[in-house]
Amino acid sequence: MSSNGDAVFSCHGLRVFVGDKEIVKGVDLEVRAGEKHALMGPNGSGKSTLASALMGHPGYRVEGEILLGGERVDHLPPHERARRGMFLGFQYPVAVPGVSVANFLRAAVSARRGADVPVREFRQQMQAAFAELQVPKDFVSRYLNDGFSGGEKKRLEILQMLMLTPVFALLDETDSGLDIDALKVVAEGVNKAAGPATGVLMVTHYQRILNYMKPDRVHVFMDGRIVRAGGPELAHELEARGYDWIAREVGLEPAAAAAEGSRS
Amino acid sequence: MNVDTRQGLAGINQDYAERYGFHDPEDYFLKAPKGISHELVEMISRKKNEPQWMSDIRHQALDIFRAKPMPTWGDSAMLGEIDFENIHYYIKPKGEQTSDWNEVPEQIKKTFDRLGIPEAERKFLAGVTAQYESEVVYHSIRADLEKLGVLFMDMDSGLREHPEIVRKYFGSVIPTRDNKFSALNTAAWSGGSFIYVPKGVKVDVPLQAYFRINAENMGQFERTLIIADEGSSVHYIEGCTAPTYSSDSLHSAVVELIAMKGARIRYTTIQNWSTNVFNLVTKRAHAHQDAVVEWVDGNLGSKLTMKYPAIVLKGERAHGEVLSIAFAGHGQHQDAGAKMIHAAPNTTSRIVSKSISKDDGRSSYRGMVKVAKGAHGCRTSVECDALLIGERARSDTYPTMDIAESDVSVEHEARVSKVGEEQLFYLQCRGLDPDKARLMIVNGFIEPFVKELPMEYAVELNRLIELEMEGSVG
Ligand SMILES: Nc1ncnc2c1ncn2[C@@H]1O[C@H](COP(=O)(O)OP(=O)(O)OP(=O)(O)O)[C@@H](O)[C@H]1O
Ligand SMILES: [Mg+2]
Repeated sequence: MSSNGDAVFSCHGLRVFVGDKEIVKGVDLEVRAGEKHALMGPNGSGKSTLASALMGHPGYRVEGEILLGGERVDHLPPHERARRGMFLGFQYPVAVPGVSVANFLRAAVSARRGADVPVREFRQQMQAAFAELQVPKDFVSRYLNDGFSGGEKKRLEILQMLMLTPVFALLDETDSGLDIDALKVVAEGVNKAAGPATGVLMVTHYQRILNYMKPDRVHVFMDGRIVRAGGPELAHELEARGYDWIAREVGLEPAAAAAEGSRS
Repeated sequence: MNVDTRQGLAGINQDYAERYGFHDPEDYFLKAPKGISHELVEMISRKKNEPQWMSDIRHQALDIFRAKPMPTWGDSAMLGEIDFENIHYYIKPKGEQTSDWNEVPEQIKKTFDRLGIPEAERKFLAGVTAQYESEVVYHSIRADLEKLGVLFMDMDSGLREHPEIVRKYFGSVIPTRDNKFSALNTAAWSGGSFIYVPKGVKVDVPLQAYFRINAENMGQFERTLIIADEGSSVHYIEGCTAPTYSSDSLHSAVVELIAMKGARIRYTTIQNWSTNVFNLVTKRAHAHQDAVVEWVDGNLGSKLTMKYPAIVLKGERAHGEVLSIAFAGHGQHQDAGAKMIHAAPNTTSRIVSKSISKDDGRSSYRGMVKVAKGAHGCRTSVECDALLIGERARSDTYPTMDIAESDVSVEHEARVSKVGEEQLFYLQCRGLDPDKARLMIVNGFIEPFVKELPMEYAVELNRLIELEMEGSVG
């Protein structure tokens, strides 16, 4: 395990509530510059909730500390976290009809920079990213995520990550719904975007993406908590044996590994 | 790659007072006292030197106006606020109509300069009329079009110079007794546009009319008639603004379009009256065989707008479209829609209506599609989208379908959405602040409308929307 840089991201005692219901029940996590972490856990265990809450989703009540590059961001609205370099690749990217991909990207890149990016420079950057992720050119004038296939949406998420040069990227199941070739392209995109100054936390159900991404660390997430952490071999073990054995070891009922009422 | 630097919508019309809401000192040739009567109608008709038949039509219309009850549907409460006795029905500004901006009275010229009309004319229009209160003060048309026989002038000149055409078509699409406000317009009409495009002539650049109200408690009743002869085409654009006053003004136009065989008319409106103007307009078109008529209708301003552009598809294979957006901000009610009458076989139509309601603004879609007996093989689609911003915003749809044939394809879709929390969050996660994000969502929402506008208008519309959205809370 390489722990080459300073912590680009950490959270301490993080708890997330929807109304009275506690979904994330105390998470401590640290990701250093240059590191890639994987977060694996059963459906409904609270992974997406954790990711959204870290980004500042207004629908949750959050307790605990969130630090980005050593500074507290838990009091900041989502767009301020984004401008400081936090990135969330959505499990379900949202469509915004009528807004072209190009206009959206330009607004996003400008926001991240804190200044309007000149048109020519932006075009070059966008073309490079499109080529990198093998996204057809005509997508620039299509409406954001509107009528995109599942795989196209995921590609576009990574394209955004590439253009927005995050300090810390949360990728929520960016590998789900991708065919084998697309998976490779996306993994390469992630590896490219995740330079030595960037930290990545990849939420996934599958070992396959990790073959390309080579995580430094794997966390097992159950019932709102990280219940185990280890090296890449832990992911292999999960793939082979499922989650029940861990649930038993940590004293959770296997059925309770997922929060009640989980969606699949 | 098309990157567009247009800013979106932070606050529609927040700068209305400064940009359009100003008013000139009153300096008129004639300002009729408030209220309407047979004496006033007679006076207007005489001043205009009209033929007796037109004068007769006016007097009859006044009787019909008085006899007709107010509409009982729509926003009756708001309609009830109109005080017909407190309106000036006719105001003639000083100076004669001219085709030279330099001859327009200084004050009025300044106003139109400020509204950007002469500049627009130089840049991208084939002809312009500018109406101030009741009269058109400026008018021009490109010489080459005039040579081809294209007629574009104010309605009063049209009546004077081409009485046979006016007599034939005036009221042929919208009869006086169509509704209370068409009757009022017919009694009090003044100004508006008269357009005739000869057979086969294609007017490639838009013609524009601009309507300006200046006085308080003004009633503006322009009358427009557009005839596109066989195989011809024309795009007409109208814009309108008024000063902001604390008491109400009334704008009640009648617009009649006739598209002959194979002709094409597009009529674009950017309505941006101040929020003390009642805007009650009747617009209808006849589309003959293989003709195409499109109403592109943008409603941003006014206190209450009631307007349902209609197309009667009278000839086989005629096609009609109504594409509209309405923006209802604080205190506004946009009651708009469309009417499509399929009166001939194999006619097609499309209605796309988009509305945005913000704060306590209210927008209603009121639409009617009718397929007459014998009109086989028609196709029609209706799409209504409403976007609500804030908890108090309101939107209603009142669609009516009356289909008398069975081999007709009808599509109808209606959606109401809130500026979605998930959309906002997604955009915020990309660094856009909530205002910018909301603006982007709203701009995206109206994009299908905006892209139908000439570039200059698209830019202006986006700017207006941006102002209107400023500081809105979602
Ligand atoms: N706003 C909400 N209101 C009510 N319940 C919620 C809300 N958000 C999340 N939950 C619940 O919290 C639990 C965790 O959901 P979450 O989407 O975080 O799971 P996940 O681990 O990402 O699952 P998956 O692997 O299926 O994506 C689920 O039971 C879900 O129904
Ligand atoms: Mg999830």
